Amino acid sequence: MNRILAKQQLSEHVFRIRVEAPLIAEEREPGQFVIIQLDSNFGERIPLTIADADQAEGSVTLIFQAVGRTTRRLAELREGDEIANLLGPLGRPTEIRRFGRVVAVGGGIGVAPLFPILQALKEAGNHVTAIIGARTRELVILEDEVRAVADELIVCTDDGSYGRKALVTKPLEEVCSAEPAPDLAVAIGPPVMMKFCVETVRPYDIPVMVSLNTIMVDGTGMCGGCRVTVGGETKFVCIDGPEFDGREVEFDNMLKRLDAYREQEQQALENCKIEEMHR
Amino acid sequence: MSTKTSEQLEAEAQHLLASFEGKELTRKERLAIPQQEMPAQDPNERRFTMSEVTYGYSEAQARVEAARCLQCKNAPCIEGCPVRINIPAFIQAIEDREYNQSISIIRETNILPAICGRVCPQENQCQEACTVGKVFKDPMQSVSIGRLERFVADRARASAGQDAPAVKPETGKRVAVIGTGPASITVAADLRREGHAVTMLEAFHRPGGVMVYGIPEFRLPKAIVDEEIETLKHMGVEIRTNFLVGRTRKLKDLIAKDGFDAIFIGSGAGLPKFLGIEGENLVGVFSANEYLTRSNMMKAYDRERADTPIFQPRKVAVFGGGNVAMDAARTAVRLGAEEVNVIYRRTRTEMPARVEEVDHAEEEGVRFHFLRSPKRILGDERGRVVGIECLSYELGEPDDSGRRRPVVIPDSESVIEVDTALVSIGNDSHPLITQTTPELETNKWGNIITDDTGRTSMERVYAGGDIVLGAATVILAMGEGRKAADSIHRELSGT
Ligand SMILES: Cc1cc2nc3c(=O)[nH]c(=O)nc-3n(C[C@H](O)[C@H](O)[C@H](O)COP(=O)(O)OP(=O)(O)OC[C@H]3O[C@@H](n4cnc5c(N)ncnc54)[C@H](O)[C@@H]3O)c2cc1C
Ligand code: SF4
Ligand code: FES
Repeated sequence: MNRILAKQQLSEHVFRIRVEAPLIAEEREPGQFVIIQLDSNFGERIPLTIADADQAEGSVTLIFQAVGRTTRRLAELREGDEIANLLGPLGRPTEIRRFGRVVAVGGGIGVAPLFPILQALKEAGNHVTAIIGARTRELVILEDEVRAVADELIVCTDDGSYGRKALVTKPLEEVCSAEPAPDLAVAIGPPVMMKFCVETVRPYDIPVMVSLNTIMVDGTGMCGGCRVTVGGETKFVCIDGPEFDGREVEFDNMLKRLDAYREQEQQALENCKIEEMHR
Repeated sequence: MSTKTSEQLEAEAQHLLASFEGKELTRKERLAIPQQEMPAQDPNERRFTMSEVTYGYSEAQARVEAARCLQCKNAPCIEGCPVRINIPAFIQAIEDREYNQSISIIRETNILPAICGRVCPQENQCQEACTVGKVFKDPMQSVSIGRLERFVADRARASAGQDAPAVKPETGKRVAVIGTGPASITVAADLRREGHAVTMLEAFHRPGGVMVYGIPEFRLPKAIVDEEIETLKHMGVEIRTNFLVGRTRKLKDLIAKDGFDAIFIGSGAGLPKFLGIEGENLVGVFSANEYLTRSNMMKAYDRERADTPIFQPRKVAVFGGGNVAMDAARTAVRLGAEEVNVIYRRTRTEMPARVEEVDHAEEEGVRFHFLRSPKRILGDERGRVVGIECLSYELGEPDDSGRRRPVVIPDSESVIEVDTALVSIGNDSHPLITQTTPELETNKWGNIITDDTGRTSMERVYAGGDIVLGAATVILAMGEGRKAADSIHRELSGT
């Protein structure tokens, strides 16, 4: 079960794996995610967006950045290894229809969840302008894939090492203010990026869909750990989302909630270092 | 609760036993036998460990307690038991030291006695009805039926291991059972026994439902639940974890694509309710479900080994007065909180939690604030909880039901300084299946509507447990499961 069929390194910390998961491949739709756990006893459960699926092969593609405990361990697995637990597809699928003109921003690893949404939006007959951004050239992922799908593509890096030297909000602003104006904006990436994309789009009065990646435990609506305030109401990202109109999302509260365990995690790291010093 | 050690309790029981062993006891003599106390870990020690609080009766204690039973002809206790265990008969068997017979009598109607003996609210069920309690005008003085049930169940577990019940020849019919809580376990066992192929579908990575993700180890050791799951596997029940019906597969497709002949939905009441007050999404506010799941299922209490973090509490407020609230409060104690405050809108007598849990919580230093309710949660500039503001209540005139409703006292706001707030005001039914299956009729609380045989509005689809009753109890979930299994079997066998 859940065997890794292929593994590829996309950049220093970013990996793409194809995992055997016939049922998930059959049912999944763009915008949905899975929860993985690498050890049934002591492992943590973390959400990862489904970047692609192959029904014929019965597999799903996951793209992740090896930054936390679990993603680092996942990056160490090899082809043929199994993922102990894989649950999905979770979350509501993206609302896909013909909106007209769509501008879609993917920041860093956020390009991975964005990609299947772009594919679906394109298939539904939308004109798609894609903006993908990263800190530096090395971290730009899926450029060729996005180029093949989008009508227009703008690549930018913070340090100018590739494409335009700009934050994604700059080209986003330009696209929004140009004629014909977009009918829908999509922004997926680091929370702070999504927050600023929303502020950039807000004056233009077009919906801006964001995909939230809050802290999760079960991913099925049983804990409320993933909750955010949307339009003044509490929503569970795992069952009511992960996508919301960013104009209604209280990003500041969400950003703080994402930091809930930071001190503890840093403390754990510190303890490790102290232990090592003593040894 | 006593401060006696297990050794003292054992010595007393031995002494009593010797005094009446072999004698025919009169009713008066039986009523004179003191109720046997449950041996338990010292409160000061158990604050630091997740291991089970109570040890269970010794054989001598069980025999003394069994001798308190009057063997009433009308056996009101049976009426009080949701699955109608033949209580006087199993207690008589203990008196006769026929423990195998005793467990067989219980198992006729209850397949999870080691669990029920620990978590049933006996004081509202069999023990409420018990004649002995009536004589003393105190249900807490009744025969300790639950402790006796646990005694025989644990004894059977320790001696033989468990024999998997016999399975009839295969019928060729296939049933999908959604969830692995007590309702689903009962359905799976009953239907498998009749020879139907049973596949259980569980969203979590570990089967057992609330009994593994909610109820903590110190109250219900996970090993007991695991044994029950193993028994099912030995019977040939297939258990598929990481399978979320409604997402991994639509309910309808289980019949249409996967060819199941019938479906039982036992998906429980897993959706945590929040109060809807200001500050509820601050960092440091958790549903009891989240806090307990992190601690129990994800084992976050084992900080050395577990990857899942849990918020380190210093001063805690727990909102609610049920079992969930007690479990959350006592978990916080064990995670090292200096101060744990339970905030409850009514008074102690109205608390829905088992009396034993409330007593245990108190012994462990949990503070109770009755007739109080949170008005808002206060945060600092970093979005973290720094306190709660509460309103005080007083009991007003009795309402139509005769209950005195709490009425808010104007301008009674007061602040309790805390850094963690655990919301345990109840759970709603798990919404995913009903949301993704519009054909299923639900009531206004989102519970699935069934007839009295467990049948839903969809053909070949049955439901039971918390998803039908709303958050209830293990034993009621099992009772529902038994009823549904019976009608599923009748439908499948055409009888
Ligand atoms: C903290 C806590 C303490 C409690 N203490 C007591 C007590 O002391 N005594 C007592 O009698 N009762 C107690 N209860 C209540 C009792 O646990 C429940 O009433 C009982 O477990 C309900 O059983 P169930 O079979 O209906 O569902 P559950 O035990 O809730 O099991 C439902 C299962 O279904 C799974 N599921 C849900 N949706 C899906 C889906 N779509 N697909 C697949 N699987 C799904 C869930 O993951 C879960 O495993 C307590 C409850 C809690 C939360
Ligand atoms: S009511 Fe009490 S005393 Fe009477 S048979 Fe039942 S347990 Fe025994
Ligand atoms: S992750 Fe638990 S409710 Fe969303």
